[in-house]
Amino acid sequence: MRRIFVIAVPYLWLLALFLVPFLIVLKIALSDMALAIPPYAPTLDFQAGWAGIKAFVSELDFENFTFLASDDLYWKAYLSSLRIALVSTFLTLLIGYPMAYAMARSPEAWRPTLLMLVILPFWTSFLIRVYSWMGILSSEGYLNQFLLWIGLIDTPLAIINTNLAVYIGVVYTYLPFMILPVYATLEKLDGQLLEAAEDLGCSRLSAFWLVTFPLSRSGIIAGCFLVFIPTIGEFVIPSLLGGSDTLMIGKVLWEEFFSNRDWPVASAVAVILLLILIIPIVLFQRNEQKQRESEG
Amino acid sequence: MPQTVFAPWDDPKETPLIRFEGVTKRFGDFTAIDNVSVDIFAREFFALLGPSGCGKTTLMRMLGGFETPTEGKIWLGGQDIGRTPPNKRPVNMMFQSYALFPHLSVWENIAFGLRRERLDKDKIAARVEEMLRLTRLQRFAKRKPHQISGGQRQRVALARSLAKAPKLLLLDEPLGALDAKLRQDTQFELVDIQEKTGTTFVIVTHDQEEAMTVATRVAVMDEGRIVQISTPDKIYEEPQSVYVADFIGDVNIIEGTASATGPETYAITWGEGRPPLIAQSQRSFSEGQACSLAIRPEKVAIHAQEPEALNRVRGKILDIAYLGNLSTYHVELAGGQIVKAQEANTRRIARRSFTWEDEVWLSWSDTAGVLLAE
Repeated sequence: MRRIFVIAVPYLWLLALFLVPFLIVLKIALSDMALAIPPYAPTLDFQAGWAGIKAFVSELDFENFTFLASDDLYWKAYLSSLRIALVSTFLTLLIGYPMAYAMARSPEAWRPTLLMLVILPFWTSFLIRVYSWMGILSSEGYLNQFLLWIGLIDTPLAIINTNLAVYIGVVYTYLPFMILPVYATLEKLDGQLLEAAEDLGCSRLSAFWLVTFPLSRSGIIAGCFLVFIPTIGEFVIPSLLGGSDTLMIGKVLWEEFFSNRDWPVASAVAVILLLILIIPIVLFQRNEQKQRESEG
Repeated sequence: MPQTVFAPWDDPKETPLIRFEGVTKRFGDFTAIDNVSVDIFAREFFALLGPSGCGKTTLMRMLGGFETPTEGKIWLGGQDIGRTPPNKRPVNMMFQSYALFPHLSVWENIAFGLRRERLDKDKIAARVEEMLRLTRLQRFAKRKPHQISGGQRQRVALARSLAKAPKLLLLDEPLGALDAKLRQDTQFELVDIQEKTGTTFVIVTHDQEEAMTVATRVAVMDEGRIVQISTPDKIYEEPQSVYVADFIGDVNIIEGTASATGPETYAITWGEGRPPLIAQSQRSFSEGQACSLAIRPEKVAIHAQEPEALNRVRGKILDIAYLGNLSTYHVELAGGQIVKAQEANTRRIARRSFTWEDEVWLSWSDTAGVLLAE
């Protein structure tokens, strides 16, 4: 009895906080837009009994999904989101790995401070930090003023409202999510392994590629997923830093909901997004599990 | 056919494989190694023995190339290797934690060093097979390090460090992580492998029994200095200082003053009103010089009645340490000093002749002890 209870708690949790909301969104996605409150039809009428439910089900259809397939805006937005997420994940890894490596190699007394500095940005609201990037990157912003002042450029660089600004924003925001898991694996690495590699004929560099890098693989994979998954659906950064040609599915979703008030289409977009994300999430879970097994 | 004794250190014509020449290593203010000079010969099994912090690991790490000497030179086969990086010297090391690569299989671990030499595949495979056979690991070639036992991991580490056929193999507390029974078996296995491969081994250990079992010569270290280098039997029987006598095995130290009574014979006065102890010593002492008489407990006999012996003292049994095959009696003398005597338990314990609080006599011959100046 107690065992059933223990197992039931997480499943109930999952049911209440994930499955039920998802089913509600799915239901809206299968509905039609209507000028009403809520802005879709049909709505479920339990008072009418069995006939009401039947009538409700008969009115649901996949029209919105066929619409998504027919309009190339949507699949272009999905593709563009994937591309931006992939590129920014790669950039985050490129910047985050050396930082994590340096942290793991620093004197032990410094490490808590360095770790603290990595987490420190979280103490300020995410929105404010993205706004301040607008202040830095805009044509009258600090970056351009500085570059003009040292004479490197004559006319201000157009960074804000481009994809470049989105990359900067994403890399900045998600860098800690890359650094922390990579640092965790690098810090655990036994220094004697590197000495053993050198003893067996490796140079410092080949010892890194043959020992350090493969042994930090699980941290790299975890970090990449932690950056990649939220970036695909990112809405704030592209809408604040990106331009009109920055196409990301999070932005499309927001516009469908709030500008068009087309809840059914927006819900369909969200459902597809979730289905796309399930693949990396499952892969991420696999990686975590594999690592636990190899440690245990 | 008479077997020649392996003792290149006694042969002045032999050139050593390794020569430490006035090597000093400092870490900031701390002197880890203090002006050490020592020769190690080819095919030796050389043990560095000492308590933790005595510098034995630092000395070994300098041989491996992980530390560079602050002063002095280290020669390996006529070449100064003091500043050669670890990947450029014909020396391999077996690490205390084994340092097996967790992401590689046993086979790949052993092949790791060979692959760095860019040998062709067949040669690597043949060599790895040979190493697997030598360490009896063939069945585990495909396993990962976390899938095998501690003893097997130890053998993988040994196979990996021997694979490149180094001139010199360094072993850092190689058996420290094994339990007592397995350790004993492995000690003989190590000696066996060392003889089969003809490699020179240098082992670091804090376990004197291990050093005595495996080594051709033992260097006892203390505070960055080598205090004595000898064969295991000489280290035990003829320690040159109280420190060595005390560190190796169990010993009774009796302090007193020496006065000569004949050629190489001294009487040691060690307390008011007690007859002096007689001991032979090849080391000479001046009249009234402070000295210490070191006697191993197994060389002290225990009697119920006063024996006919050159040296005899009376006391009361304070404690009995029963070790199964042996018993060590802690006997308190009249002055409060405790002398340990060891007897083999040839009878069953119920028929033991002595028990707590018994008045007994202890005796030893004039050659039983070693007379030491410091």
